[in-house]
Amino acid sequence: MNLLEIKDLKVHYPIKGGFFNTVKDYVKAVDGVSISIPEGTTYGLVGESGSGKTTTGKAVMGLNHVTAGEIYFDGQKLNEKGRKVNVRDDIQMIFQDPYSSLNPRKRVFDIVAEPIRNYHKKSKNELINEVLGLLNRVGLPPGSLYKYPHEFSGGQRQRIGVARAIALNPKLIIADEPVSALDVSVQAQVLNFMQDIQKDMDLTMMFIAHDLGVVRHMCRHIGIMYHGRLVEEGTTEEIFSNPQHIYTKRLIAAIPDTDVDEVERNLALRQKVKEEYDQNFDENLDEEGRAFPLQSISKTHRVALPVKG
Amino acid sequence: MSENLLEVKNLTTAFKIGGEYFPAVDDVSLNIKPNEVLALVGESGSGKSATAFSLMGLHTKARMEGEVNFLGRNLLKLNEGKMNKIRGGDMAMIFQDPMTALNPLMKVKQQIIETLKIHNTKPKNERESYAIELLDRVGIPRPKRVGEAYPHELSGGMRQRVVIAIAIANRPKMLIADEPTTALDVTIQAQILDLIRELQEELNSGVLLITHDLGVVAEMADRVAVMYAGQIVEVAPARELFKNPQHPYTKSLLNSLPTEDMLGKKLHVIQGVVPALDKMDRTGCRFAPRIPWVPASEHEYNPQLREIAPGHHVRCTCYKNFSLEDAGETYVDIDEHEYEMATRGGNV
Amino acid sequence: MLKFTIRRLLITFPQLVILSILVFFLGSLMPGDALSGLLDPNIPAEAIQAKREELGLDNPWYIQYRDWIFAMFQGDFGTSIFHQRPVMDVIGDRLMNTVWLSLFSTILIYLIGLPLGLVSGRYNDSLLDNTITGYTYLGFATPQFIFGLVILWLFGYNLGWFPTGGSVGPGLEPGSIDYILSKINHLVLPSFAIALIGLVGTVQYLRSGIIETKQKDFIILARAKGVKESSVYNRHIFRNSILPIAAFFGYEIVALLGGSIFIEMIYSYPGMGRLFLDSISTRDFSVANVLILFYGILAILGALLSDIILSIVDPRIRIK
Repeated sequence: MNLLEIKDLKVHYPIKGGFFNTVKDYVKAVDGVSISIPEGTTYGLVGESGSGKTTTGKAVMGLNHVTAGEIYFDGQKLNEKGRKVNVRDDIQMIFQDPYSSLNPRKRVFDIVAEPIRNYHKKSKNELINEVLGLLNRVGLPPGSLYKYPHEFSGGQRQRIGVARAIALNPKLIIADEPVSALDVSVQAQVLNFMQDIQKDMDLTMMFIAHDLGVVRHMCRHIGIMYHGRLVEEGTTEEIFSNPQHIYTKRLIAAIPDTDVDEVERNLALRQKVKEEYDQNFDENLDEEGRAFPLQSISKTHRVALPVKG
Repeated sequence: MSENLLEVKNLTTAFKIGGEYFPAVDDVSLNIKPNEVLALVGESGSGKSATAFSLMGLHTKARMEGEVNFLGRNLLKLNEGKMNKIRGGDMAMIFQDPMTALNPLMKVKQQIIETLKIHNTKPKNERESYAIELLDRVGIPRPKRVGEAYPHELSGGMRQRVVIAIAIANRPKMLIADEPTTALDVTIQAQILDLIRELQEELNSGVLLITHDLGVVAEMADRVAVMYAGQIVEVAPARELFKNPQHPYTKSLLNSLPTEDMLGKKLHVIQGVVPALDKMDRTGCRFAPRIPWVPASEHEYNPQLREIAPGHHVRCTCYKNFSLEDAGETYVDIDEHEYEMATRGGNV
Repeated sequence: MLKFTIRRLLITFPQLVILSILVFFLGSLMPGDALSGLLDPNIPAEAIQAKREELGLDNPWYIQYRDWIFAMFQGDFGTSIFHQRPVMDVIGDRLMNTVWLSLFSTILIYLIGLPLGLVSGRYNDSLLDNTITGYTYLGFATPQFIFGLVILWLFGYNLGWFPTGGSVGPGLEPGSIDYILSKINHLVLPSFAIALIGLVGTVQYLRSGIIETKQKDFIILARAKGVKESSVYNRHIFRNSILPIAAFFGYEIVALLGGSIFIEMIYSYPGMGRLFLDSISTRDFSVANVLILFYGILAILGALLSDIILSIVDPRIRIK
């Protein structure tokens, strides 16, 4: 069963301009994205800056307005006007920058307890016990309780962010570039531990990232976004071993590999793909420079192949 | 064997913390030949950026010792005026964040013309057209129009090309690239790396590439120096380093990457954190606290870099019997504050 | 750039209209009108009524407002009851004095304030910086009228270097060299009194601007290009640090043109500030009203000037 279903999501922002500051056009940050995430799995949403991946995540969180389309969580429609759907404690977000996403003037206890306080009435002792349990779960010592965020390293701050996110026992976590601000060794620590948490709590996760290597490590399904639309979607295996869209190929070819034996081949492949990309750019995208509608090429693999005719 | 272009000998750069000086770059020696790319690798707080800034003389409040020999002169002995002739001239630098590296109030072409003027590279009436030529050379479309633009009108990739145009304006013999692609998207990163490689070959210059991205290192570097806690812990030709890493830190780093081989496996986690500048034990192996399962007898007192194969140097004796498998899976409580201090100290 | 200015000007227009309506209504709230105080009680009521109609005092407010605005456009600002002269003439004399005083003060503020801020920011936390910063704290804490009195006592009465009051010496032919020199001589003490206290904000803004700017990446890049340290400051740091000061320039000028009431009182300098105070204490509302309108217009124009200056020095603002 799909825990999250996004149907034809559009998020457009008006561009104002001209003499009277009227709406001249729209930035189509997200322009027709459909994603389904089965319960208990991790879906990787990949794209470069400006692709709309973060906007998609925020739309699910209800953090920005939705121009068109539907978002269903556990069968309930989230973005219906006038009806308040009480599932927000079931969806939580982990942010990119562990340095700025935690309030520097609040202690760890207050940060982690805040979402619990918002939704449940609890005594101080109950709260402390609950927060201690959460800290234990994310691998932070009990002594952290009354410390401030600046007293922690980057990886540990990300753990605090995770503790806050899982405080309400959410079903879905939206992780927006959770490791891109971290050093590789710290990144490894956070990735390992996110996998653990996911297994323990049977979480469903939307993992937004620009680093394909990290996404491959974390996700079962991957969607590649470009310019507000998905260009390709499939299992991790399909995307990496059988990429179909030229943009996907280019993205994969662009990752530098640590295998020194393959460097020459990788560079040649990258060059070849880039030429192909530049030559057939117009054919692979519509007149607005956006992807065509996705077509299934296998049960799980969908590609935005050009519409012929 | 060709002559070294740059020879750094026992460089020590110390910063003041609470009234006392602590070295962020500690007794670093390295050489770069013309047309050679040396990658300097390490995590935040390792001292790699501090090393680059030391070579360029960009630390305003640091105490520096040792020698930086470049084109027959020790740069540390030069006065400000002579150093200004080298900076941006024979030795130029590419910066990490193109969004903040350009003066927001100056037109792009003026920022290039400024460096041409300082180094008197072209006669006055040719500077502007040469600036546009440079923009064209670094792959900027419609260079004339971009020259008239202000930095905020350009994308990150374009700005980094402008920063590169400034760096190569006076045909430097030595190029220092400090995390040149960290702030960029992968497809843009690939283009910028291509460009640096191309320009380096064209100018036959030596490149010191500072990065934490081992993939970039594998693609770009001829030789690699791995830095930890202000020291170089391993130097080797790139191929040798990736195929046959020796120092525990190098091995740990390589194993913490989510590469294809690691799919479905737990990534290696380096325990603990980089020690703070002012709380570091400077007599023993600095990586020892992060590999606690290795007995003290394996380490050496005051560890030195030793050549273990031609061109392959490793610091400390602890590499000999080291195995990552012995680590087990443990979370070790760490002194968080130290990490903070170390990070800050390294980026002064 | 042009578009920005024009749009900014268009926003100014309704602001001015609203301001003038407000001032107009304030004026009409005052008890009585132009006739009630002037006329002989023996004149028959019909004649007064006829006169009222002739003067348009019974017209609806919008007609009166229109007439008032039209009159002002033709230079008729009414007559001062206290001075028995046209308001324009009363203000005119004082305005010129204030313009001179503010011009001198402004020049002094930037002439002294900018170098102090530059030195203070460049050598921050040095002894020199600590001295300058100490001075600015003192300046913030010292009321202008106390400082004005102190230098008046010291340089005016004790040392006798400068005149202690007025705007020009008596019996001098306007336009002659002596007249101009006397004017300048009279300006020295009040303008220093204003500037030495008024510049502390400028020094502080510039100092913190420089300290912030000098650790930015593009400054490091400038050094990496081989730019001389003096040019790093003059060409790169200074211009980027001066943005907040440029943004305040318009307001600063306006505040000075409004007249410094304390300084003008202490130095018995006949300027706008004193005129305003006098017109209120003598209930000379025709003058007070015009002054309120004048200050309002100045404030609006000051904001406009600041925005335009900022858009000239900072290219990032131009596109918006």
